Amino acid sequence: MAETIAAEAGTEARRGPLIYRQRLTTRLTHWLWALALFFLLLSGLQIFMARPDLYIGQQSGFAFDNTVFSIGAVREAGELRGQTTLFGETFDTTGWLGVVTENGQTQVKSFPGWMTAPGYRDLATGRVVHFFFAWILVVTLSVWLAASLLNGHIRQLIPTLRDVKHLPRDAADHLRLRFHRSADYNVLQKLSYAVILLIVLPLMILTGLTMSPGVNAVAPWMLDLFGGRQTARTLHFAGMLLLVLFVLVHLLMVLVAGPFNELRSIVTGWYRTDPRKDTKGDAAR
Amino acid sequence: MTHNPKHDPNGRSVRLGRRGFLRGAGLVAATAPLAGCFDGLGDRDGTIRNVMETANSLTYRVQRMLLGMDDLAREYSESEIRQPQRPNGSTDPRDPDYLALVASNFSPYRLEVKGAVGRPLSLSLGELRAMPARTQITRHDCVEGWSCIAKWTGVPLSHVLDEAGARADARFVVFECFDTLGGGAGAAKYYESIDMRDARHPQTILAYGLNDQGLPVSNGAPLRVRIERQLGYKMAKYIRSITVTDDLSGFGGGAGGYWEDRGYEWFAGI
Repeated sequence: MAETIAAEAGTEARRGPLIYRQRLTTRLTHWLWALALFFLLLSGLQIFMARPDLYIGQQSGFAFDNTVFSIGAVREAGELRGQTTLFGETFDTTGWLGVVTENGQTQVKSFPGWMTAPGYRDLATGRVVHFFFAWILVVTLSVWLAASLLNGHIRQLIPTLRDVKHLPRDAADHLRLRFHRSADYNVLQKLSYAVILLIVLPLMILTGLTMSPGVNAVAPWMLDLFGGRQTARTLHFAGMLLLVLFVLVHLLMVLVAGPFNELRSIVTGWYRTDPRKDTKGDAAR
Repeated sequence: MTHNPKHDPNGRSVRLGRRGFLRGAGLVAATAPLAGCFDGLGDRDGTIRNVMETANSLTYRVQRMLLGMDDLAREYSESEIRQPQRPNGSTDPRDPDYLALVASNFSPYRLEVKGAVGRPLSLSLGELRAMPARTQITRHDCVEGWSCIAKWTGVPLSHVLDEAGARADARFVVFECFDTLGGGAGAAKYYESIDMRDARHPQTILAYGLNDQGLPVSNGAPLRVRIERQLGYKMAKYIRSITVTDDLSGFGGGAGGYWEDRGYEWFAGI
């Protein structure tokens, strides 16, 4: 890698300066969160397999209907079909949800093995893994939040008025895969990182805690905040979908913005910015 | 866009982007064989598993720090009882001694209270019903993820412990049950255990009534325990005896409960 950097140094003028962009705390928490979220997802889906239904309210409707999402299986003309129901609409999800093929065998299972940890049904292990990484997330997010408030990093994530004015152009640039590499995050980055770190992850932690009968006793207001334990569970699942969407877009952006430079900055902290433009109106960026 | 993308200063990104897409697709394809590569986590003697389980002790300690004796589980109104209590686990025990009790409508039933107690007790259902009663409408949370609200009536466990003169510094209360759960080699008598904090919690009751009726067989007749700040599997059904003890190793597989012996956490407040 040293050779690569040396080779690049020759084209410094054309390629713009290498700057120290990501602090150690940012890089460390980034990778801890990547690891934690990966295992939280796989173990969370494992836990969900024990009851692949989502409800609205305090309890689960068995004698009444408050189900909003359900993964199941039916037998049609002697053949197993996976069925997923969302707000009363039923979709055939054979092979993906409800009925999956594992080791060449068709079987009734909410998720294929590659989506869960462990790959086979094991609620007890899923819970052990989930709560371990939940603690890692809670601790690292708290430390990061405290540090970011102290060192001012949090301000880098909050869009300014100027940023908001730039929003339409920034969105158009992203759609055309035109990226401006500067020391600061662009407004879409700021918005997505702020929403994930300051809203979605704290809500995931709170909705997760609202499922705990012990926490319910010590903080009953959380049941009211989320509209009941089962609604909290549904929101926890919806938050998971948002996080998956975020990670997919995030990885896509890394790939199209230049994976070497992006990865270097989140591993070593050093980031190659665009060459300075002096004459064009774009100079301010 | 009118200019030629070849001269676009960002053209490089576009090309890299396409290559990146392919690389990404390759990555996704490469994860397919990953299926099952975390199966080792299921090995309950594995080092990684043991490290991860320390998180459960942390959860227990933090909840014990935050949860006072007066922190009650939410109690609901009558209007929120919208369905029968969902039966789960054992719902129709076939154990001969239990079937004999059912046949005689539980009249010979005696709850044994033993272990670290000053006065071992043998209580009939009539004697239990004559003790002070508590009725509570609470939410039952199953480890699987579902919840169900029902009204439970019974005698506070702390009252029974006092009657028996339970040693003040004893650590655990163990519930041994009539029902056998699981099949084949995995079949075992159900049992559970809780610490004294939960045993003496005001909402911890030995329930004989459900939704203003006698407790049905499917929900644990004649007696089950309610531990409202923990998950359903802690709330043993078909209770035959209560033992006050400092040591859980002599019961079942030694982990403190039927499901605990099968990898579930002993403290189920989460």
